[in-house]
Amino acid sequence: MTAVVREPATRAQVGVSRPRRDAREKLRGEAQFVGDMLVPRMLHGRVLRSPIAHGRIAAIDVSSAEKIPGVVCVLTGADLHDIDPYYGHAIKDRPIIAIDKVRFHGEQVAAVAAETPAAAAAAVEAIVVDYEDLPVVADVEAAVEPGSPLVTDRDLVPGLFHGLGELAPREGNVCYRYRLDKGEPEAVFAHADVVVEGEYTFPAVYQYAMETHTVIAQVEGDEITLWANCQHPFLVRAEIADLFGLPVANVRIQVPYLGGGFGSKSYTKMEPLTVALARKAGRPVKIQNRVGESMVTTRRHNMHCRMRTAATADGRLLGREVICLFDTGAYADNGPRVVATAGDAAPGPYRWEAYSVDAACVYTNRAPSGSYRAFGATHLQWIGESQVDEVARRCNLDPLELRRRHLCTPGEEIRAGGKPLDADLVGDVEKVAAAVRWDEPKAPLTGRGVSVGLLAAGAHPVSSAVCRLEADGRVVVLVGTTEMGQGPRTAFAQIAAEELSIDSERVTVRGADTRFTPYDRSTGASRSTTIAGLAVQRAAADIRGQLEQIAGTSEIGSDDYLALMRKHFGFAGGELIGRGEVAPVGTGSYAEGPVFWEVCVGAAEVQVDPETGFVRVLRTATAADVGRAINPQLVERQDEGATLQGIGNALFEEMVYEDGLLMNDTLLDYRVPSFEDLPDQMTCVIVENEDGPGPYGAKGCGEGALAAVPAAIVNALADAGVPMNELPLTPERVWRRIQDLKKEGTWQQ
Amino acid sequence: MEISLSVNGREIARDVEPQELLLDFLRDSLGLTGAKRSCDVQVCGACTVLVDGLPVSSCCLLVAQAAGSEITTIEGLAEQADFARLEAAFTRHAALQCGFCTPGMLLTVSALLKAGELGSEDAIKQNLSGNLCRCTGYRGIIDAVADLAGVG
Repeated sequence: MTAVVREPATRAQVGVSRPRRDAREKLRGEAQFVGDMLVPRMLHGRVLRSPIAHGRIAAIDVSSAEKIPGVVCVLTGADLHDIDPYYGHAIKDRPIIAIDKVRFHGEQVAAVAAETPAAAAAAVEAIVVDYEDLPVVADVEAAVEPGSPLVTDRDLVPGLFHGLGELAPREGNVCYRYRLDKGEPEAVFAHADVVVEGEYTFPAVYQYAMETHTVIAQVEGDEITLWANCQHPFLVRAEIADLFGLPVANVRIQVPYLGGGFGSKSYTKMEPLTVALARKAGRPVKIQNRVGESMVTTRRHNMHCRMRTAATADGRLLGREVICLFDTGAYADNGPRVVATAGDAAPGPYRWEAYSVDAACVYTNRAPSGSYRAFGATHLQWIGESQVDEVARRCNLDPLELRRRHLCTPGEEIRAGGKPLDADLVGDVEKVAAAVRWDEPKAPLTGRGVSVGLLAAGAHPVSSAVCRLEADGRVVVLVGTTEMGQGPRTAFAQIAAEELSIDSERVTVRGADTRFTPYDRSTGASRSTTIAGLAVQRAAADIRGQLEQIAGTSEIGSDDYLALMRKHFGFAGGELIGRGEVAPVGTGSYAEGPVFWEVCVGAAEVQVDPETGFVRVLRTATAADVGRAINPQLVERQDEGATLQGIGNALFEEMVYEDGLLMNDTLLDYRVPSFEDLPDQMTCVIVENEDGPGPYGAKGCGEGALAAVPAAIVNALADAGVPMNELPLTPERVWRRIQDLKKEGTWQQ
Repeated sequence: MEISLSVNGREIARDVEPQELLLDFLRDSLGLTGAKRSCDVQVCGACTVLVDGLPVSSCCLLVAQAAGSEITTIEGLAEQADFARLEAAFTRHAALQCGFCTPGMLLTVSALLKAGELGSEDAIKQNLSGNLCRCTGYRGIIDAVADLAGVG
């Protein structure tokens, strides 16, 4: 199958900000989310969750709960004896529901199915559980102390999609370790003129997709049907089939609109428990998390890091050493991939002589951590880039000038054996610096910063799509990508329309229903436009090829399509089916990847109030280095959304734990950015060098800004006089730092 | 308990539980699912409806408290003549992504536009801050509202 790609000059459908295809439904409140759906005979599920961080379940008494009118059944770990109840796409370490032990505050202990939500809630209250406390592994540093209690004593069993080579045996609470080495760092540090070093912490963060995790499950004979707000329905399907011993094709997952994802709905979340409950109830069951429940379903890893950077007296970067501990909570979830991606991001895109990165994924008695937009890069870019700025300060170099000299250029190696750099980082950082007026004088207590990083993007490149040209001349695209706000249905319609030279309004994009839409690995890692988009392009080109074959010439216009179809089928029916596929080049292994390097380049201007420690973000700029923008307006919206999340991650978002207990599990005390947190100026610079592997040279975006913005803010705050090594930059933390600087005599303002 | 109220111009009399929330009543009893449940604590605004013309978080109001009131949900707003302007402005500026906050956002915007409380960018930011959006970064929404309010 060969994609037919025409020259840029003739493109009418891509590169244009066509209106969102889902705007009307969403604006009128007609768009259906799982929580809005009803299934005949459906029951309401509710989950009893652990009030403690670590303990043995001595007894569960469900007898009172079962007697409440309307209660159909209560599920506990004792109900799962007929299956192997452990799952996890990376490591099979998690039981569907707690078995004998609870390992985090909020773990599922029992689940009720009832005729009404009220009966289910009353039954949960009536379940009596007797816990015996076990020692709590409260944080990641304690977890790696010799002699620390163990969160689990199970051997590590690889999951279906761990994708990280052979799993090493568990070392205490460390379930996965990613190492990246180049040259001889010891020797480089021994001869360096400048060494910057520090210890840093990054907090646990909640993704807060406004729609919480919601699942409806139905089990009928050997068929399981799910309506779930999952980002990766095909991966969830495989895990459900594996857990319940069914062929993959007997599990059907339908995904309506998602009310935001940001990684929180990636991989398997509430689906296994809902299926187990529906199986016991013998009727469909809906479970809809409350916000506090989704906060303990997944979150961003908190992290502790020690880093040092070596340079010459004239600011040439020589070497870097990174040791970091990622708190993956009680179960690995996507922790291993987060840690590997962080490891790749740790050195930063400079010409190092040597580096060593040791990133560990560590079990603790906290809720599991998984994916959140720009994972790994968000964790480490602010640290690495603050050390680069400190090198610049000590060498009396402008931070932008240092980056101009030492950033990698297109084609240079980023990671041995991996994809070379496929972006113009120097050009990108120049553009964002200009957007925050880098060279202009600054007001007092104001600072500016830039940051540059890369995020290994694309995940595993397997996607497929089907295009159907119907007898009325309209086109339907079937593709498994989930629509969670990012706009793939709009972008795919534009791509298919471009290939077929028709207006994108004549294309409808449907998905995802694993029974009817072809396989798409996942919706995440900024991969959809690049990889699924390429499959759509190829599927549309396949139709075009069929039409040309019917015509016997390539000289056909879109006005000829209906006549050609009638000629082929002999009546006013039939349809042409185009198939598009993307499969890995080479082995497709992680080491050979990534599919592309997502650019994380940003700039910020901030102002600090030394009396209160309050940091105000005045300006931000991000580079959406997308190769080719299929829909520029949607690209801008992606970067703007990521920028606001970056401001939240940098300035105030933090899940607070005390001895393993989550203390702020409502939006009253976990604050996310509102309209009032918007900077005065927020600029997204779209860069189109057509250097991506996707359709028309496109590559993904939407995550990089979330890594770049916190790093730029940290650097801007240091430029304003307050270097910080702990996020978020709350007023109290910043004020205390200023008091320390005053005591040291290093407060400059 | 017996209550009556008007929802989107339709008079409704129902027997409700004293503890029943307006949000659950609208979604479960009337099938009006445009109002969304998210934070449950009157922070996010996804459940916003208009009660006698004013934006209210239906997750924190008992349906009994709304007895005798006129309720407008997104389904009702979408049938009003001036909705086309809102729809066009939000579409033009791509002022929505996942769409989960969108109905509540539009109801707040429609009420505050009528009240003349969105007369500057600062006023827009301040007065809409009871409606969260996690996707858009707010820029598109501000641009759409500024257009509607004739700001800038």
